[in-house]
Amino acid sequence: MLLDIRNVAKTFAGADAPVLSDVSLALDRGQSLALTGESGSGKSTFLHLAAGLDTPDAGTVAIDGTVLGTLDDAGRARLRRGTVGLVFQQFNLIPSLDAGANIAFQARLAGRHDAAWCAALADRLGLSPHLRKYPEELSGGQQQRVAIARTLAARPALVLADEPTGNLDEATGDAVLTLLLELVAETGAGLLLVTHSTRLADRLEMRRHLSAGRLSQ
Amino acid sequence: MMAAGLQALLSHWRRRPGQLATLILGLALATALWSGVQAINAEARASYDRAAAALGETRHAQLLPAVGETLPQERFVALRREGWLVSPVIDGRIEAAGTSVRLIGIDPLSAPGDVAPRGFKGGNGLAAFMLPPGELYTHPDTAPALAAAVGASVIPAAGIAPGTAIGDVGLVQRLLDRPGQLTRLIVLPDQPLGRPGLDQIAPDMTLRTPDQGSDVARLTDSFHLNLAAFGLLSFAVGLFIVHGAIGLAFEQRRPVFRTLRALGLPLSRLIALLVAELLVLASLAAVLGMVLGYGIATALLPDVAATLRGLYGADVAGSLSLRPAWWAAGLGIALAGTTLAAVGALIRVARLPLLAPAQPRAWARGNAGTIRAQAGAAAVLALVSVLAARYGTGLVAGFAMLGALLLATALILPAILSGALALGARLARGALAEWFWADTRQQLPGLSLALMALLLALAANIGVGTMVSSFRLTFTGWLDQRLASELYVTARDEAEAERLRAWLAPRADAVLPIWSVEARVADAPVFLYGVADHPTYRDHWPLLDALPGVWDAVAAGEAILVNEQLALRQGLAPGDGLPLPGGWTPVIAGIYSDYGNPTGQALIGLDRFTALYPDAPRLRYGLRTDDPQALSRALTEEFGLPPENLIDQAAIKAFSLQVFERTFTVTGALNVLTLAIAGFAILTSLLTLARMRQPQLAPVWALGLTRARLARLEVLRALLLAALTLACAVPAGLALAWALLNVINVAAFGWRLPMHLFPLDWLRLGVLSALAAVLAALWPARRLARTPPSELLKVFAHER
Ligand SMILES: Nc1ncnc2c1ncn2[C@@H]1O[C@H](COP(=O)(O)OP(=O)(O)OP(=O)(O)O)[C@@H](O)[C@H]1O
Ligand SMILES: [Mg+2]
Repeated sequence: MLLDIRNVAKTFAGADAPVLSDVSLALDRGQSLALTGESGSGKSTFLHLAAGLDTPDAGTVAIDGTVLGTLDDAGRARLRRGTVGLVFQQFNLIPSLDAGANIAFQARLAGRHDAAWCAALADRLGLSPHLRKYPEELSGGQQQRVAIARTLAARPALVLADEPTGNLDEATGDAVLTLLLELVAETGAGLLLVTHSTRLADRLEMRRHLSAGRLSQ
Repeated sequence: MMAAGLQALLSHWRRRPGQLATLILGLALATALWSGVQAINAEARASYDRAAAALGETRHAQLLPAVGETLPQERFVALRREGWLVSPVIDGRIEAAGTSVRLIGIDPLSAPGDVAPRGFKGGNGLAAFMLPPGELYTHPDTAPALAAAVGASVIPAAGIAPGTAIGDVGLVQRLLDRPGQLTRLIVLPDQPLGRPGLDQIAPDMTLRTPDQGSDVARLTDSFHLNLAAFGLLSFAVGLFIVHGAIGLAFEQRRPVFRTLRALGLPLSRLIALLVAELLVLASLAAVLGMVLGYGIATALLPDVAATLRGLYGADVAGSLSLRPAWWAAGLGIALAGTTLAAVGALIRVARLPLLAPAQPRAWARGNAGTIRAQAGAAAVLALVSVLAARYGTGLVAGFAMLGALLLATALILPAILSGALALGARLARGALAEWFWADTRQQLPGLSLALMALLLALAANIGVGTMVSSFRLTFTGWLDQRLASELYVTARDEAEAERLRAWLAPRADAVLPIWSVEARVADAPVFLYGVADHPTYRDHWPLLDALPGVWDAVAAGEAILVNEQLALRQGLAPGDGLPLPGGWTPVIAGIYSDYGNPTGQALIGLDRFTALYPDAPRLRYGLRTDDPQALSRALTEEFGLPPENLIDQAAIKAFSLQVFERTFTVTGALNVLTLAIAGFAILTSLLTLARMRQPQLAPVWALGLTRARLARLEVLRALLLAALTLACAVPAGLALAWALLNVINVAAFGWRLPMHLFPLDWLRLGVLSALAAVLAALWPARRLARTPPSELLKVFAHER
């Protein structure tokens, strides 16, 4: 199993109700799953746990059979570098590097940089004219496309995306999602996509809904 | 509206107490060093003024002997008879309980009213003052020691300089054991008409007009100017901190400003509120800084006082008194500094567009335009510096040159760093390395002020360190040359001197007279020395420049030698003539170096000297011998000389070096404090940047770097920047050293020194600054390493 989440629970310090209580989910290579829910329902929190960015209070998260709880900080960082690709809602990019360097960054960190593949991705995402620009010189949609290119450039086994089209208008959002789905399918990765749009969620194979800290179909 | 606005503005500080502390502490430190130095200078100047006032030096013309230190009392009587209204003064030193006290004797009947000590009353008091046992008025600090040493009654009076006592001329003559002798005559302001001219009745005396200021004040001016320059440098370094803190506080409150304006607070009110807020903060910081400065001054004053006494014979109180003018000046400079540091931020507030989106990160965003403008300003300042060095004269031009030079280096620093980091990024291999260089470059705008402060501190350190070390090296070499005799002996009187000469003739290899007389040449004191014709001088004397056959000409009484400071002051070169008192104008055959001595000096062939100045005391001798210890023992047994009258070469060298080291203790202390302030500036900049850096670091962390690794990179970054800054500081410091040695020292002391390089010192400084940078980076880095992931994740989840 690529991603195997069992009975995780998370309560933030100072909050009276848990954000997540007893949530389980499994995802394999080649599968895509949409996670929906109202604002504040805990979608981002769940995604962060799945990426090993944060740790659950209870339950386990396993990626490719490795239980994250058994890893130290460095181990989890290695996993993020090598196996997981992340696209956030915003502030995805490293402000001191230009678009081209941002796209290549994670692949180079992971030691599997492929210039031709990076160029192909940039081309597919319509970024070729913008590679020398810095994040602050890019529009929101361009930034999100750079973030997607960066994630896929490293050929991760698992792609986690948190409302990657949240800041974009409908048409651009649709186009970006189409590309993401195509590319994920080509690389054979598993995709977990957070969105609050049921319309977008319908385009993925599976769908889960998060409310009151629990998952439902 | 105003109250609500003020509340909204001030609430910022409640949420950011660290920033408030930075602002106040930065300004306080800056004020502390500045006002500490000012306090020392004020105390010293007040001491000179009191001493000068006691002598009437500053208000009345004086008649001084053109040659020698004393004149017989009959000259006073003769001048009075001719109609000149003059009043006698005797001035000398006695030992009282281990300290040297300056005794000034005046004649209360003929002296102008303002010369008498404060607290002294005429009438009945006159008899007590003048008749045995007599009274001595002195500074309260000096009273106990003096009372133990003299038979007169000692009266403490606060208005008198420390280490100084005033009494009746007869009493002081007795105490000094100089009966019938005077040192000077005060010329009263109103003189009767029809008296003969001074050139007829007193050709052997020179008239000094009151506006020339006291010799001590003139001599020590340069020393105080040096201190003041250092204080100003520290203050400038401190202002960098204040500028940074104000800029940040304003930048972060932009949304508040905008909201307040949108809610209807007029711009003028907003600015007025901000100015008021700054003034309150600045006053607070100023008071804190003055208290600190007082502490610094109290700690440094003993060394300064020792230096001034050793170098210039000036007495300065060992304790500080608080002066209202000093408080006012400290407060004033703190307020002025704050205003200067805030002008830019205030202008930006005034230009703030009402509708632009809030962009708190604009403060730290790189701006190529700013860097170019700074580089342009640096070029202009460098030009000013070169022009001042080329065409300026005197101390003020020297300091203008230094100031422009330092400021230019500080301003060019961001451009150099930016270029170096871009080069690093180009040469870097690997994603992480590339990111590291690029990210470091992005931090420059936020750090450049602190780095400029560091550069100034380092450059000053290198410059002053090189100057002091070069001076020390030259000085010790010069001492070895100059102190060629193995023993120095001083007879207690002329009779003993004669017996000494006779006894020594068969026992020492050579007995070299060190006879001197004080004279006034071109209205400044100059010491004239008689010099024997001996290989000791021919082989060792530190000549800088000389005509051929110099020693033969001197021995023949045809020419003289002058020291470097006299030559520089009078613009003299070998071959020129110099009129000496007694109507002789010899040719200058050579110029020699004479460090550590503020006054002019001339060497005259011994025969000529004794012919010209037969009354000069003949008490001191340098002795050449193979066995100084045996000779010293024999001398002590035969003559029973007290230890201070028989000194060997090593003791004089040790003493001279000790005076030398004390002179630079203060400079060293100020150097370290300036460096500490720069370290503090880096710490505060890094701490404030740390908050803004989360959006820059969070993506790198999310992509697979641990927080600990990022934290280590942060420390490495600080180290890299400190190293680059040091690399810029070395040439700047050497330029500074060159200017100090070749411009400032020449103008201030009258000697030019060769420059030596001390790379080991740079290494030590490099380690020190690296340590400071690491220490400053460690705290923010530790905080980063311990930031909870949920904190970093907020970057991606929330609108910031
Ligand atoms: N670091 C944190 N500390 C405390 N509470 C937090 C933290 N992060 C999130 N929360 C709370 O946890 C809950 C879930 O937040 P989360 O960001 O997961 O929601 P979300 O479903 O992603 O919402 P949105 O659709 O608006 O992005 C919210 O109530 C939020 O306030
Ligand atoms: Mg979310």
